Amino acid sequence: MTELRVLDPKSAPPREEPRRRRALDLRLAGLLGVLVVLCAVGYATRPDSFLTEANISTMLRLAAAIGVVSVGMTFVIISGGIDLSVGSIVALSSVWMTTVATQSYGPVVMVLCALLVGLACGLVNGVLISYGKIVPFIATLAMYASAKGLAERLSGRRTQVVTETGFTTFFRGDLLGVPVLIWLLAAVFAVGWVVLNRTTFGRRTFAVGGNAEAARLAGIDVKRHTALVYGIAGLCCGIAALMVVARTTSGASTNGMFYELDAIAAVVIGGTLLTGGRGSLIGTLIGVLIFTVVGNIFTQNNLDTDIQNIAKGVIIVAAVLLQRTTSARRRGARTT
Amino acid sequence: MTLLRMTGIGKSFPGVRALDGVDLEVAEGEVHCLLGQNGAGKSTLIKVLAGAHQPDQGEITWLGRPTTLPSPVAALRLGVATMYQELDLVPGISVAENVLLGHEPSRFGFTGGRVARQRARALMARLGHPEIDPDREVGTLSAAGQQLVSMARALAHDARLIVMDEPTAALAADEVDNLFRIVAELTADGVAVLYISHRLEEIRRIGSRVTVLKDGRTVAAGLPADTPTSELVDVMSGRAVDTVFPHREVSTVDSSREVLTVEGLTREGEFRDVTFHVHAGEVLGIAGLVGAGRSEILETVFGARKPQAGVVKVDGRPVKPGSVPAAVRAGIGLAPEERKAQGLLLDLSVAHNVTLSSLPAYSTAGFVDRDRELRDSRATLERLDLRPADPRRLVSEFSGGNQQKAVVARWLVRGCRVLLLDEPTRGVDVGARAELYRVIHELAAAGVAVVLVSSEVAEVLGLADRVLVLRDGEVVADRPAGELTESAVLDIVLAGSALTESAATQGAVTEEVK
Repeated sequence: MTELRVLDPKSAPPREEPRRRRALDLRLAGLLGVLVVLCAVGYATRPDSFLTEANISTMLRLAAAIGVVSVGMTFVIISGGIDLSVGSIVALSSVWMTTVATQSYGPVVMVLCALLVGLACGLVNGVLISYGKIVPFIATLAMYASAKGLAERLSGRRTQVVTETGFTTFFRGDLLGVPVLIWLLAAVFAVGWVVLNRTTFGRRTFAVGGNAEAARLAGIDVKRHTALVYGIAGLCCGIAALMVVARTTSGASTNGMFYELDAIAAVVIGGTLLTGGRGSLIGTLIGVLIFTVVGNIFTQNNLDTDIQNIAKGVIIVAAVLLQRTTSARRRGARTT
Repeated sequence: MTLLRMTGIGKSFPGVRALDGVDLEVAEGEVHCLLGQNGAGKSTLIKVLAGAHQPDQGEITWLGRPTTLPSPVAALRLGVATMYQELDLVPGISVAENVLLGHEPSRFGFTGGRVARQRARALMARLGHPEIDPDREVGTLSAAGQQLVSMARALAHDARLIVMDEPTAALAADEVDNLFRIVAELTADGVAVLYISHRLEEIRRIGSRVTVLKDGRTVAAGLPADTPTSELVDVMSGRAVDTVFPHREVSTVDSSREVLTVEGLTREGEFRDVTFHVHAGEVLGIAGLVGAGRSEILETVFGARKPQAGVVKVDGRPVKPGSVPAAVRAGIGLAPEERKAQGLLLDLSVAHNVTLSSLPAYSTAGFVDRDRELRDSRATLERLDLRPADPRRLVSEFSGGNQQKAVVARWLVRGCRVLLLDEPTRGVDVGARAELYRVIHELAAAGVAVVLVSSEVAEVLGLADRVLVLRDGEVVADRPAGELTESAVLDIVLAGSALTESAATQGAVTEEVK
């Protein structure tokens, strides 16, 4: 194409404006502040044990599985969807990878089994939603029920103990002094962040969630992309299943219970819009950590879980209200 | 007696002055018609009357007393009821519930079903349709039936003024007769009707007086309804604001290279057998009323809608129908009608919006090369004189004209061969329009085949080399722009919508065209 001339050569090139990410940064800083305050509370109530290496390690290992699920959930919610089936997929993957038959093939097959089961469930979700035109809420609700049912059937509702020692030795062990589970959590977050913020896939995820019609009219294959996003969420569930199995040395259909609610809560607290198009994985990570620290404070102080659940609810509402005040949504007035 | 008087009403939206001095006077018991081209400000004026928009300036008096319309509820209380073009009914509930929505008769908080049904039945009977069951679900009624419900709702509020926005658009001929009978009865009772329609022949039949809007201003107030068509058309098209169209000394059309070929394109109910050719460097303008199928044709060429028949070719090669990715690969770009709803990702930066369609070219192994992305975006913004030329700003922070440039930039970066522009200057102020016009001509000069849809006939004539006039989904004229005038195009367009328009208008068409 021939070059088009700048229309007014006299006008000096406009000065660069600072990057407009302040609203988001401000919100993340606020969340981080909440986390710090919670840690301070933990330290104040249990100065002897809260900030010890052992306790931090315990907290992070507990946070690992739900954290990984939340990464997938962040992708789904940014793309404008929702996934209610993550807990059941974790259960199914954990059961499938720990059947006697799977274990007999050794640790590598167990890992692959968990990942494949998760990915497959996620892709089924995605295909139903994008090509079957079933709304995400319903499609993943159906997956929630059937994956759970399949997990119960496979396991006969019994807990399947992991006898494969290679698997447990590796995943329960340390690497450079840090538990493997924590490495995994960090790796999933790092990869997720890069994919979301540095690749065409991530860019398109924001586009599809922000305005699916505009994305379609820009030439993006919105259906295929949507299907893949749910595939990612499923894959994350498979990884989370590995972590749960490693931590509990068993697979059961009760694994992953309420993960969907915890993950959605963490994503929303982290500042990702439920309507899609805007969000941050760092926010999700902080959201997960906030929940973990709250849980830990309650456990350390021997408080009941019922109070803990009430506290969780209060935190969710407070976080969302806080975000509303810091992000006055721009809304262009429409004419005629 | 004067019921409503509006003087000097002004209303601005970011980047555009929608109303700029509207005067309107409606007497009791008259059918006052509001006429104007698309974008003249009719819809905004209706919304001001309905209390949905607040005017920035001007005065409103009701029965001689100054008043304001701060909310839809206030407007209803005053006695202004509005029947919108897109019917604002709740399809899932009954006729009676819709008619009395918002002021249901109730006792101790319980809705009185029987009273509501009786009132709804009485209203439907008054409208000449006692057979419509108040318990019927509104969604199961025909368009005409729904319109009656909408009107019953207006009557239920004891409206003194009923605003009807193109009420006949969805009606068959006998239903139109019934509507006019009802309008006559209402006006005999002293109710005033503000009637908006493109169909001049309807205005002749039931109108008392006509007010004409143009570019957000009243250009003629209280004309008698029997004003000759040619005079009305002249008033509608006479440009109050002179938009300067850039001169093209030399035609850039390279007639040896046909870039876009559309043959026999058809989608039932939208458009039929549409054929046109666009050469490199040519600007093809498409004129016609809203609903004539203009946007639908562009979206079908772009693959966003699947045609039932017909082919689209770029450089002689057929493009897979009904696939946007295929159209984009073939080199077609679209700046859609609804810039915000269909074109832009408001939460993303300009750079991200600009490269959205060319991401593979800006990435290696899936990773976006953000430096190159920024560099190219900035260069393109500077080429289009998009200000400020900072690609990292959120696209929502820009004015309408600059947002439109961002959409165009997306296809420029991609190096498109065919650019489809759907209402590119809607909601764009006059200064930014002139810049967009220059951009369009420069694109053409660079060899792009441009197809331009606009509701503003002057714009189509000023920019295009050739003009296609659509009426009810069919091409009724395909002529060089130089052979047409604004009133000639309006005549062709309006002649089609006025079903039984007099021979005088037909004569005018042929005269003008000659």
